[in-house]
Amino acid sequence: MSALRDVWAETLIELAEDCPHLLVLDGDLANSTRADRFALAYPGRFFQMGIAEQNLMGVAAGLAHGGFIPWLSSFAVFFTHRAADPLRMLVAQTGANVKIGAAYSGLLTGYTGKTHQDVEDLAILRAMPHMTVLAPMDGPECREMTRWATAHPGPVYLRLARDPVEGPAFPREPLSGQPRLLREGDDLALVSTGPQSLRCWEAAELLARRGIQARVVHLGFLKPTDQPALCAALQGVPVVVTAEEHSVLGGLGGLVAELLSAQAPRRVLRLGLEDTFGESASNQELLELHGLSPQRMAQRIESEMLR
Amino acid sequence: MSAPDLGQLERLARRARYLSCAAVAQAGAGHIGGPLSCIDLLVALYFRAMRVRPQEPDWPERDRLVLSKGHAAIGLYSVLALRGYFPVGELRSFDRAGSRLQGHPDMTRLPALDASAGSLGQGLSFGLGLVLAARLRGSSARTFVLLGDGELQEGMVWEALHLAPRYRLGRLVALLDANRLQQYGWPGSRTEERRDPWEGVPLPEIFTALGWQVRETDGHDFSQILAALAGVQEVPGEGPPQLILAHTVKGKGAPFAEGRYTWHSQVPSQEQLEQLRSALELTEAEVAW
Repeated sequence: MSALRDVWAETLIELAEDCPHLLVLDGDLANSTRADRFALAYPGRFFQMGIAEQNLMGVAAGLAHGGFIPWLSSFAVFFTHRAADPLRMLVAQTGANVKIGAAYSGLLTGYTGKTHQDVEDLAILRAMPHMTVLAPMDGPECREMTRWATAHPGPVYLRLARDPVEGPAFPREPLSGQPRLLREGDDLALVSTGPQSLRCWEAAELLARRGIQARVVHLGFLKPTDQPALCAALQGVPVVVTAEEHSVLGGLGGLVAELLSAQAPRRVLRLGLEDTFGESASNQELLELHGLSPQRMAQRIESEMLR
Repeated sequence: MSAPDLGQLERLARRARYLSCAAVAQAGAGHIGGPLSCIDLLVALYFRAMRVRPQEPDWPERDRLVLSKGHAAIGLYSVLALRGYFPVGELRSFDRAGSRLQGHPDMTRLPALDASAGSLGQGLSFGLGLVLAARLRGSSARTFVLLGDGELQEGMVWEALHLAPRYRLGRLVALLDANRLQQYGWPGSRTEERRDPWEGVPLPEIFTALGWQVRETDGHDFSQILAALAGVQEVPGEGPPQLILAHTVKGKGAPFAEGRYTWHSQVPSQEQLEQLRSALELTEAEVAW
């Protein structure tokens, strides 16, 4: 099973031949993000920008306004935090055709801890006008989203997880921009994004053994949100649970709570980091610690449902 | 249009100075010191050095200007209006709701602008990207980036200063408007004076050591400015990036503002505007807008 970063890099190489304006700019992390594969395949279209993410973002905006499609390679946290201002002013405000390959997004960043875990990126980018924010759950969706982002005119942020995620192989679906129903169920709806959606599917399987039927909805297109489609996907369940590798503030949980409070009020339980920084640990330990493993999610949901 | 001579450039700069101050007075807000220190550089660029087509602002082969010190926007707008990008009267809309002439440049509103700016320190990186794009397109267009010496305190500028020489971007031209004052800065030797933010720092030597080709000029002397700009035009695309360090005076030309940090952003009164017109020796017709 390949990791999203592998699929991303391979897709860029696939795209490069038919898309001569596609470039890759790296912030000295290509051998982590897998952009090094692109550097080998297309050395004349790969630009090392050094350890200077603000400049990386600014150069990308200039290249985009000069007619190119720069894909950026670094860790999510350095794009959305270190380079937040040039991202906001040079890329988002101007609508620059810059594509951000946000590697090592979310909580599971390979024993790197609080500095590298970007658990606020969705909160920042949801509030940033002109941005498109995507979080694929698996390899096939990552490939489609990388292709879609390259063709889409305007800035796109693509959340890429570091490690392969075990889970069922869902049938490949054409990208629609709409939420995707991974599992039927009417006792509650479990909404997630990125690879956490696969863990939610597992949690739903555990809940089913306890007699609780959870609907699982994957929202890969976080911004812009197809609000009518998301409301429709959440119809008919008394409780909605969100789960994300992100703070419970301002991310997917915020998105769902904001939408439902206005359109179809329901109890919303938000699972994620409780306004805290991460730490270095194994993926399994981190998922347990923050209540995001399938078992911990199932337990929490069951206890909430019995309340 | 035949190229204006030194006397005409001087005249245009005086008019741009007046229009900038008048627009700020009309809006009741804006910056004075920074626009006035770089207006001569902007006039030299748009009337002599840059290959542009005001009637076709998106001409792909045009030279680009990035006003990194975005708070000098009104200075740029005044020069663009005189150059024919839009009617001089549009300067009256400066800073108004819905205006194309925002307090800080917005390239999505005004086609004449090659960059948005306002958050200091970002323009050199953007310009670097524009020049790299031109090289990849096979275009010989240059990009000029106008920086302030205050904004040189932003770390992002140094990221770009480090990177540009690595890619041998000879068509990237940074102009440093070294007016030696910033909005507030550090106390100087006397009350009411502020210190040159780079006092004692050998900037030309530092830029040279990083790999830039450096020229120095009096930023208010057109013959010197044009000579420096002619020099950078001869540099091949694969040459070292170019930096023109222009020694300037904040508030240049306005008797009430010259050399005073307090005039970073202030609104001139009608009396001061009249004082300015008289000091600049402009006729009523020349200041009509």
